[in-house]
Amino acid sequence: MSKFSLSDKAFDRLNFLFVLLITIIIIYPLIFVISASISDPHAVNTGKMWLWPVDVTFEGFQRVFQNDAIWIGYKNTILYTVVGVIVHLFVLLPAAYALSRKELMGKKAWLWFILFTMLFNGGLIPTYLVVRNLQMLDTMWAIVIPGVVGAWSILVARTFFQQTIPDQLVEAAKIDGASDIYLFFKVVLPLSMPIIAVMALFHGVALWNQYFNALIYLRTEDKFPLQLILRQILILNEVSADSASSAAGSAQSFADQIKTASLVKYAVIIVSALPLLIVYPFLQRFFVKGVLIGSVKE
Amino acid sequence: MAKDQSIQRGKRATIKKSFQRNWQLYLFMMPVFLYFFIFHYIPMYGVQIAFKDYFATLGIWGSEWVGFEHFERFFSSYYFWRLLKNTIILNLYMLVLFPLPIILALAFNELRNGAFKKWTQTLTYAPHFISVVVVVGMLVAFLDPNTGLINHLLRALGIDSIPFLTSPDWFRHIFVWSGQWQTLGWSTIIYLAALAGVNPELHEAAKVDGATRMQRIFRINIPSIMPTIVILFILNIGNFMQIGFEKVLLMQNTLNSETSDVIQTFVYETGILEGQYSFAAAVGLFESAINIVLLITVNQIARKVSENSLW
Repeated sequence: MSKFSLSDKAFDRLNFLFVLLITIIIIYPLIFVISASISDPHAVNTGKMWLWPVDVTFEGFQRVFQNDAIWIGYKNTILYTVVGVIVHLFVLLPAAYALSRKELMGKKAWLWFILFTMLFNGGLIPTYLVVRNLQMLDTMWAIVIPGVVGAWSILVARTFFQQTIPDQLVEAAKIDGASDIYLFFKVVLPLSMPIIAVMALFHGVALWNQYFNALIYLRTEDKFPLQLILRQILILNEVSADSASSAAGSAQSFADQIKTASLVKYAVIIVSALPLLIVYPFLQRFFVKGVLIGSVKE
Repeated sequence: MAKDQSIQRGKRATIKKSFQRNWQLYLFMMPVFLYFFIFHYIPMYGVQIAFKDYFATLGIWGSEWVGFEHFERFFSSYYFWRLLKNTIILNLYMLVLFPLPIILALAFNELRNGAFKKWTQTLTYAPHFISVVVVVGMLVAFLDPNTGLINHLLRALGIDSIPFLTSPDWFRHIFVWSGQWQTLGWSTIIYLAALAGVNPELHEAAKVDGATRMQRIFRINIPSIMPTIVILFILNIGNFMQIGFEKVLLMQNTLNSETSDVIQTFVYETGILEGQYSFAAAVGLFESAINIVLLITVNQIARKVSENSLW
């Protein structure tokens, strides 16, 4: 260890610089995207814009707002996220509550039934066939239902209920003749707002950001969520623009096309990430809490 | 005999009574039960199509058994070794970087300035909330051979621009390091929680003995969070071979497929795009089997070596 014998002061300085450097590396691409979204695309594409906005323009945002596909995608994503979160809570919370109660018979079997799915799953194709056989292809339900809840969330919520709802409270209410349904809505849920927030947020973010289920289950463009539209704009168009420019067509119009493409590109990233970026700083502690409750070993 | 029967009858009566009193709890379990049954257990049953020639009209049960035909076809195909190699290398590469969040968490933990600590944490967590589509979109923009920032920088340094995203040599590096960019900060949370639980008396005692900061990190902090490290390492292995396939799919193109073709993208291509359900299910099953074997093996080793394990 002797070769590490730095003085405490030198250690503090080095450590500070190390964390600062990592933070700058991580945050720089985000600052770049924000600046690029309101900069002149020419400045961005020629490398003149590298930190702060150059030749500020809001044309990119204007074109995003005029783009119907983006708006339809946005609307779809909001719909899928809201419905998905509601269904998620509807499936998750009652089960987690029931599993936290000692009156539930066969608890071991129930838990195995749920935990087993963490170890084994049928895989992509058999799951796809189930969704197809249920006639859910190309409907909102193909986005909302598969993956509506995971074993991990159930265990986390159950742990929370076990820790925060005192047994005596439940027993007393039951002696007074309260039913489980009444208890659940009138006593348990009001005491459980933190866990409900955490679960809704985790699932909401996942739904907002996912594209793969939409890619395999949806066919009609009108139903595409924002992430699929983003994929077309950010990733697929890029490829086609590239091959077009190498084909040496009418250079002027291609340059123009590339210009608007890159204008929209950064603006659409901002617009899509905006809801999350706005709520994130306020909700950070909830997210952190979610990770921490989840890490409690059973 | 008679006594046994009466006990059994008594037990059955208690169960019946308990059920009558608590039937609503079972009602509460219904949605979860139906969901897991339909979307997890039926697909597990459906895995048998890997050993059949699945025709939609015949159904899973009605389709004809073909044994290991699909597996044999997969193992003997020319792309098998390429897929396996790419999948393993990509995941080993990610696994090698497993200590990075631990290092960052240890560094966060040593920060004296509370406000600085809070700010740097908030900022480094942020990329976790960005979708993979946007991350890959950003890569496409930053790494563009003509207009991308990185290539501008390279040219300024007198280096020819590099077509990063269409080059098989670069795919793994870009994939893995962009993944680190996205998850590094977020992954520190769990280690920070473990570090917060380290007994402060240990540090006090070490200070009295004249231990330096580095010594205390190596002799106190790291041993204290070792159980967390082991558990997360096992969980990481359990996901070996399937992490990040959705991002691979987005980054893949015909020019970099030499290194970006992995088992999961192959399942997607042959199964979903080409409709070879049985063959793709067989390939997917092969992969899950490897995963389970790995998980169980690593868990056994961890239990022997460190007394920390999942089960």
